[in-house]
Amino acid sequence: MAEKIGIYIDKATLGPYMDLDQLVEKIKNRWGDATPIIKVFDLVASEEAKKDIKKDLDSGAIDGVSIVGPSPREDTEYFDFGPKVLVDRVNLREQGVMAFKNPDGSPLKPGEEPPQLFWDMVMDYINMSVIKLQKSVPAEGEPLETEKTILVLGGGWTGIHAAQAVADAGYNAILVEKEQELGGYAAKMYKSFPINPPYTSAEDPKIEEKIQALKNNKKIKIYTGTQLEKLIGQPGQYTALLKTKKGEEEVKVGSVVVATGWKPIEPKYLEPLGYGTLKNVVTNVEFEDMAKKGEIKRPSDGNVAKNVLFVLSATNLYEDIAKQEEEERKKKLEEAEAADSEKSEEVDIEETFEPIETYRHLDYTSEVTSLTALKQAGYVREFVPDSVAYIIYEHMVTPGVYELYYKSAQNDPGIMLTKGKVTSLYAGNNDNVIVRIEDNLLGEIVEIEADLVVVPTGFVPTTALEPVINLEYRQGPAFPDLDLFDGYADSNYICFPYETRRTGIYAAGPVRQPMTLARSVSDAYGAALKAIQCIESVNRGVAVHPRSGDLSFPKFNFVRCTQCKRCTEECPFGALDDDEKGTPKPNVARCRRCGTCMGACPERVISFDNYSVGQVGSMITSIKVPDNMDKEGPRIVILACENDAYPALDMAAKRGHRWSPYVRIIPVRCLGSVNTIWIADAMSKGNDGCLLLGCKYGEDYQCHFVKGSELCNRRMINIGETLDRLGVELERVRQEQVAIDDYDRIPEIIDSFVEDIIKLGPNPFKGY
Amino acid sequence: MSKSILVIGGGFSGITAALEAAEVGHEVYLVEKRPFLGGRVMQLNKYFPKLCPPSCGLEIQFQRIKRNPNIRCFTMAEVVSVTGKGGDYEVAVKIRPRYTAPKSCDLSELAEKLNANVKNEFEFGLSSRKPLYMDVPFAYPGRYVLDIDHVSEEEKKLLSKSPFINLKDEEKTITLNVGSIIIATGWKPYDVTRLTNLGAGSIANCINNMQMERLASPCGPTNGKIVRPSDGKPPKKIAFVQCAGSRDENHLSYCSYICCMASLKQASYIRDMYPDAEVTIFYIDLRTPGRYAKFAEKILADEKVKTVKGKVAKVEEDMATSGVWVTAEDAISGNKITELFDLVVLATGMQPSLAGESLPIDVEMDSEGFVFESKDKGIFVAGCAAEPLDVMKSAQSGTAAAMKAIQTVRGR
Repeated sequence: MAEKIGIYIDKATLGPYMDLDQLVEKIKNRWGDATPIIKVFDLVASEEAKKDIKKDLDSGAIDGVSIVGPSPREDTEYFDFGPKVLVDRVNLREQGVMAFKNPDGSPLKPGEEPPQLFWDMVMDYINMSVIKLQKSVPAEGEPLETEKTILVLGGGWTGIHAAQAVADAGYNAILVEKEQELGGYAAKMYKSFPINPPYTSAEDPKIEEKIQALKNNKKIKIYTGTQLEKLIGQPGQYTALLKTKKGEEEVKVGSVVVATGWKPIEPKYLEPLGYGTLKNVVTNVEFEDMAKKGEIKRPSDGNVAKNVLFVLSATNLYEDIAKQEEEERKKKLEEAEAADSEKSEEVDIEETFEPIETYRHLDYTSEVTSLTALKQAGYVREFVPDSVAYIIYEHMVTPGVYELYYKSAQNDPGIMLTKGKVTSLYAGNNDNVIVRIEDNLLGEIVEIEADLVVVPTGFVPTTALEPVINLEYRQGPAFPDLDLFDGYADSNYICFPYETRRTGIYAAGPVRQPMTLARSVSDAYGAALKAIQCIESVNRGVAVHPRSGDLSFPKFNFVRCTQCKRCTEECPFGALDDDEKGTPKPNVARCRRCGTCMGACPERVISFDNYSVGQVGSMITSIKVPDNMDKEGPRIVILACENDAYPALDMAAKRGHRWSPYVRIIPVRCLGSVNTIWIADAMSKGNDGCLLLGCKYGEDYQCHFVKGSELCNRRMINIGETLDRLGVELERVRQEQVAIDDYDRIPEIIDSFVEDIIKLGPNPFKGY
Repeated sequence: MSKSILVIGGGFSGITAALEAAEVGHEVYLVEKRPFLGGRVMQLNKYFPKLCPPSCGLEIQFQRIKRNPNIRCFTMAEVVSVTGKGGDYEVAVKIRPRYTAPKSCDLSELAEKLNANVKNEFEFGLSSRKPLYMDVPFAYPGRYVLDIDHVSEEEKKLLSKSPFINLKDEEKTITLNVGSIIIATGWKPYDVTRLTNLGAGSIANCINNMQMERLASPCGPTNGKIVRPSDGKPPKKIAFVQCAGSRDENHLSYCSYICCMASLKQASYIRDMYPDAEVTIFYIDLRTPGRYAKFAEKILADEKVKTVKGKVAKVEEDMATSGVWVTAEDAISGNKITELFDLVVLATGMQPSLAGESLPIDVEMDSEGFVFESKDKGIFVAGCAAEPLDVMKSAQSGTAAAMKAIQTVRGR
């Protein structure tokens, strides 16, 4: 709790627009001994100012620092006085002088006495900063003893590389494989398509060597024929319950790499390609088995296949399945909505696991199936003299460097590559398969009679079929919301491929996305790094991405907890478990510090050292609301997501936009952390409106904390009753979805909201 | 022996590699040639397939950099020499003068007082800039840079009066001791002037896909309005020419990975902005790997987005309308197509930044300029310096490179 706050004012920001002696006087009058030092620097972002502030801190004259000047996003290196010193930034440059406009639209004029409205704004922001510091303590973090062992789930190609990567970095790895042998599908391959430059020929993945290296490595413990029964605890301190060949065994691990790979798509999804009905149609997995055994034979008669045709895709043959799935999806959505609207106040925490089956897994595997067909066409040529391999494709999906492999296949005269639409497959004489191809490059309908047809396999991620990670978490055993990614344990973020909703658990390889062997190796390394990084962060008591390095964490005052379970339900990261009574049990190492729990809690029992319901509530209630709205204008509180909306406002100002002088902007960690009491506080103090600026939600959500803006929106629907009780119109509170590049749009959003509020008239609470 | 890591290139791969290593606890130096971090993604309007703005992720990355004392960034900096061996390198880095104070002050008014209008390379020549500038409002570091070559002696006098300008700033060279090096030098759009059959960059309304990103970007030269460069008019008929330079032995032998998805994405920019506009995409194969297939399906469900399988043979300007004639052969019907478009976008390929250049580091490169890693030397490659990749895979590859670098410095 800062009791003596030093206020340091940037003359470069405010000097041209107001009398700073007068400002210092005003602050003194308002805060007295609470702000024993108030200084004006020509430039607050300077080495001189930094030294001066440091001196004030060292002398004990102050224990908190408020910097009045540029946006908190700028010049940060000048204002870091270590983790023990509270610093707040009052943004009076970008969101003050640059954004201010008079009600008539005119900007501030340098050298002229500013209007009272500007004085009010400056004082409101400085007052809020003082209160914020008064209601904060330096966060101390909660470092945990961590187990420096990483559990690698899945002993296929990706898992093998992940375990090796972990060991090479000096950590221990426990490698758990369900099958009796390591190697997965890679060990079942005759050859792999190229893994290394120059990417022109199939190669031996040399998996035996890699497995041997693991077996010889003292840092790696291998369990085959073993399954993960349960994963209990939190990052840094997990207990993994393994069901081994000999019985149950408990191991301690710090974090997890999930490399459980894929399963071939259900045969029913290959029926449109004749699989299951035509004797000589096999999948590429079955074909690989044949090659591994050294013979390419027809299932119907065991004869060597000389004309082998590979089909890569046939979109037109899947139209019915696509339509059917779309209808089912819609029906499910409607049912869910209906169930939602019937849902009472009852809190439903645990997500039930439902397997995800879709023909789309076939589509999504296009790169691997294209490369596999090229490789297997090569097998045909290698194994059978005078053979011909046909590859019929709609799109040859060999992106990037794999173009080079495609080209090298084109050089083989025995490999016929043809674009075309496969419209039917049927049995000919002698169980041959006749493939009808339209829209091909020859410009006519062609029928090819093949001895054998090879159809692709879709990579169905293991996470689509079972929970895999078997968490003993209150929110359920699996990664949540996997339907967004059709079952792949993937990240929702382009920028952050390893973002996970279960801290400490990182997916790699085809369980994350269908990918090649080369990519899987790289992915294994990346996931291994994230697993190590998580252990080290937990050990230092800091958060991982996106608030990496944050020492604060939510603290619970259980005395007042009513066991409503909202925090446990709403945490996007499943950080909370609960006991039989429903009392939440926080797990700090799972937590990302977004504050969603704080926003959810109706009893306000959750707070961070430097961010709390009471703190922001006091800031809001400190805003001076004039009694006469017609004369002095309304007051409107804006709660802005600090990751996107807030930077967008800075940029808007930099691009010359200005907005209404009646708003006061308060950054929040995430809209998820907004507690509805803040709105009630704002309204009961006579503020005329409240605008919430947060990220896009729903499919393709942009919230860095997954659910924050969506949850906030849901709470706003519920706030209607509260407002009703207060006698305040619903229209006074609005949430807008904005993105960080909406800088040209946000000022309009603000101004139009202010206009609507002015039309609505003053808050009935004003003056009370 | 050093446990520090050097990352060369401050684009998305380099930033990711640096941050991921630093957050494990390693000291990292990030060296960027340009005045700002962010590289190519800084120039993009939106990412496929989410259609979200790159500045959103960059903001988080920049916050992570600001908070982390383990990272030191050098902009306008280039590695000039590397000596030593894996685990113990001495690296000389030359830092060019910025001529401005290391502060975020707003110098826009001062910039306006300068006369010269310099071709804006960041905007691919679609606009000009003053010699005192920032690329974008979210640039990091958020500090102006003075392009002193375009300032007159008179102007220097004016500039010298500003406390935020330091005309005496000088080039300096610093020495870093590192154990491992990550090369993340990224890519550049293939030089269109070499594509003589596709207008060689001389047709006003035939732009490349990166120029399209700038036109669509809200902070770009048109504030996000997609218009024809020749007359500022909204285009009604737009063609995309895929594989402009890629998959071509005379140019780039490989596929550039991103262009199919980029064109589909850009088709959506156009269709969102102009409900009547018609888009045609001329392609060889539509390569939308992985779950991108879903995005392709969504975009192609739009009746006004048409695809034609066929490589474009020729692009010519229509003098009367400033339109662009596209000649292609429809590979399926065999018909020759010649059609007039208002605007043509060349989906230019991705060339490694090091093509035709060299780093003062002993590493192997292929004939195209892609770099190979060397575990023995402790030198690794992240992102498009190694192979053509999209952003997600660049970030993935940056993370993997960080892991390898950590293994190198830990093991010694």
